[in-house]
Amino acid sequence: MGAADFANLPHIGESVRRKEDYRFLTGAGNYTDDIHMAHERYAVFVRSPHAHAAIKGISVATAEAMPGVSKVFTGKDVEGKMGGLPCGWLITSTDGSPMKEPPHPILAQGKVRYVGDHVAMVVADTIEHAKNAAEAVEVDYDVLPAVVSVSDAGKAIALHEAAPDNHCYKWAIGDKAAVDAVFAKAAHVTKLDLTNNRLIPNAMEPRAAIGSYNRASDEYTLYVANQNPHVERLLMTAFVLGLPEHKVRVIAPDVGGGFGSKIFLYAEDVALTWAAKQLNCSIKWTAERSESFLSDAHGRDHVSRAEMAMDKDGKFLAMRVHTDANMGAYLSTFSTAVPTILYATLLAGQYTCPQIYVEVDAWFTNTAPVDAYRGAGRPEATYLLERLVSRCGWELGLGQDEIRKRNFITSFPYQTPVALQYDVGDYHACMNKAQALADVAGFAARKAASKAKGLLRGQGYSSYIEACGIAPSNIAGALGARAGLFECGEIRVHPTGSVTVFTGSHSHGQGHETTFAQVVAARLGIPVENVDVVHGDTGRVPFGMGTYGSRSISVGGAAIMKALDKIETKAKKIAAHLMEASDADIEFSGGEFKVKGTDKKVAFAQVSLAAYVPHNYPLDKLEPGLNETAFYDPTNFTFPAGTYICEVEIDPATGTTRVDRFTAVDDFGTIINPMIVEGQVHGGLVQGIGQALLENCVYDKETGQLLTGSFMDYAMPRADDFPQFKLDTVCTPCSHNPLGTKGCGEAGAIGSPPAVINAVLDALAPLGVKEFDMPASPSRVWEAIVKAKA
Amino acid sequence: MQVQLKVNGQSATVDVAPNTLLVHALREHLKLTGTHVGCDTAQCGACTVIVNGRAIKSCNTLAAQHTGAEVTTIEGLAQADGTMHPMQAAFKECHGLQCGFCTTGMVMSAVDLCKHHPKAGEAEIRELLEGNICRCTGYQNIVKAVQQGQAAMASA
Repeated sequence: MGAADFANLPHIGESVRRKEDYRFLTGAGNYTDDIHMAHERYAVFVRSPHAHAAIKGISVATAEAMPGVSKVFTGKDVEGKMGGLPCGWLITSTDGSPMKEPPHPILAQGKVRYVGDHVAMVVADTIEHAKNAAEAVEVDYDVLPAVVSVSDAGKAIALHEAAPDNHCYKWAIGDKAAVDAVFAKAAHVTKLDLTNNRLIPNAMEPRAAIGSYNRASDEYTLYVANQNPHVERLLMTAFVLGLPEHKVRVIAPDVGGGFGSKIFLYAEDVALTWAAKQLNCSIKWTAERSESFLSDAHGRDHVSRAEMAMDKDGKFLAMRVHTDANMGAYLSTFSTAVPTILYATLLAGQYTCPQIYVEVDAWFTNTAPVDAYRGAGRPEATYLLERLVSRCGWELGLGQDEIRKRNFITSFPYQTPVALQYDVGDYHACMNKAQALADVAGFAARKAASKAKGLLRGQGYSSYIEACGIAPSNIAGALGARAGLFECGEIRVHPTGSVTVFTGSHSHGQGHETTFAQVVAARLGIPVENVDVVHGDTGRVPFGMGTYGSRSISVGGAAIMKALDKIETKAKKIAAHLMEASDADIEFSGGEFKVKGTDKKVAFAQVSLAAYVPHNYPLDKLEPGLNETAFYDPTNFTFPAGTYICEVEIDPATGTTRVDRFTAVDDFGTIINPMIVEGQVHGGLVQGIGQALLENCVYDKETGQLLTGSFMDYAMPRADDFPQFKLDTVCTPCSHNPLGTKGCGEAGAIGSPPAVINAVLDALAPLGVKEFDMPASPSRVWEAIVKAKA
Repeated sequence: MQVQLKVNGQSATVDVAPNTLLVHALREHLKLTGTHVGCDTAQCGACTVIVNGRAIKSCNTLAAQHTGAEVTTIEGLAQADGTMHPMQAAFKECHGLQCGFCTTGMVMSAVDLCKHHPKAGEAEIRELLEGNICRCTGYQNIVKAVQQGQAAMASA
């Protein structure tokens, strides 16, 4: 079935209330920490209190003698018995050399490289006993100087032998000579230096895992708060522990938010799984929030310089970007792809810019590893580009809307100079709708009203593009991906016509149990209640890649559609047999198979029953059963896009910045459940506006201590930080998947930060403020005002 | 030590260490795992339960401090036949939850909020939800749910 037919099916586009909600609302959710195994023991990790230190010795004797302690594992116990954590994406430097890929040990081998680095694992019969014993593990450290910022990394003492200058790679895309030549002749060049502030993901459920071993069957089970259990299993078995995959089952049960931070294989998961066999038991670990702050992979942390060459009318001619990206102390699973493949390729944005050159230097520092966080490279690209574009407009005396409209891509498909080919879009439509919804016409009056109160009002634009559903696998492989990028879907039709769907996508808030059920119910013409979705268990679901990069509906949903095509084909043959007609004469709609041009029909459930009770069945031509699996590897990314308009009001006396209005118009292609899509946008907006206004991860420059290590220090967005958002959509269906969908999970977080900061700069422009880095906290805004006045 | 509680209308005696937090008594001893632990600084509110008629953060108080107390957790909010409390129903109807982790604490706070501030408007609701952090929803639909739950509780 094609995308146009799909969009017209009944119940596609309906805000079906979520099937998963009852269990969550009644306290019956089943998160990893809620699960109890027989005879379980508990693990506590001893973490480095230093950002950089040599380990001179570890004494575990006292700890191991304490009540209830089973064993204290250190680097020595795992040395030579397992590999380190692998990095899933190989980046090749401009000189042809592979990125520096130093070992990432499961437990520290002679050195620690960030505060929170895993040094030892204590296993005991109770959490209390494990905690007490962890306090008694004596580690003798020789403290070394630490470096936390990319600007200092090259001059600092090396973290790893493999990277003597702390440089991981230099990567580039585009034709530098051609770009330089355009810049040399351009009528106007706009320059911008900016920092994309480091963030801590903070899913509300802290990471948790239970490693379990069954000696009788020689099988392992790992329960883990994770977004992609098959990837977790593959990385752990094939690259770290050398175990056969069929002996390891990974279950990601209810997971309390991920935002990227639960994609990755973490050392704790490996240590628990391995130690479960050593101790022949189940071992549970749940991170405390302070541990999450220290040890979850962080996000963003780029320092960039961007330049745009234009003609006298503000038409973009070429762009030049240099970015220094912080990798943290080790390479986390997909860290290396974030500031390269997922970032630089997005820098064309919605604009015709014939030449783009991007150079990226990646650095090791004594900070937690940095990896994908809601948007992963795309928010960094959008923040840089949309800040630069607004500045281009201001310098040329053009409005933020006008500079964008003059450069919007209007014909598709469009090949950008940075590898991507956009299939469809309508950027003017998003802009026009956003301007109307934001009441741009009334802005001047609102600004005057603010001024009368002694307040500054500013308006900021951002026209973002996103690339979702990273693919196809063969091209990604050529670019360094060490994994496939397909998804699986299995449709198991039961004899009486109800359906269980098995998907490799994982839902940790996205509502797949409802949206995917809607897809299947609409296709088969059965009630949504008759469809259940199973996910998050390598023991039940075929090999799938999981949820990241807003891929679930466009890749996971497409796999389900392909499996449904197979179901429909087979079911038509069964129906043809039941009605003694030819296969070619069978039509299927509304849950009924009909013989063309007659009133003969059979219901879906009659066909499914015949498939499993094949008394009257073409056994000579067809196998019994109605159960189909499909794998879908996309031919291209999908390209959601939109325009966001933010209005802020600033009190110049205090620097307090309030988002007064926020309008988001997105093109997600076909929308299956508008309620869920709006919810995704709301959440993304709050994470993006949170980055722009509140959130900031800070390490002490001298000691490398994390200064924002709790919710008391790291400003999480709360309910009273926001107005009601105004949302609308435009729809240009994706041209290359069977649903016409594009993905909506990250858009809000990608598009919103530059809209906020452009609004702040617009408000502060009369005071002469031209530079500003996130977050726009009162003290920083106040400082910018004072500095501009001086 | 033994602590006597009345949890969700049933008498319950838990045998806990003196330093056991109420949230751990509920989760680990009574296996009421609907109450969640989202932080260690009493900031996130995932552990919110109602004790003697007021919402409190159960991670920030010892079980031993509550001898004889009446505790309502998320498991005790719906009717015996499984029918959801009007606030739970409003969260479902308004899509006021995504991953579900903060949800149980959020709903308990919302029930308390509406009981004690039955006329609270949007701005006041947002302010009163300050003690509960949600990372998924952006709060917009939570606020909508609380308003709808508030109306339903008032007419119940």
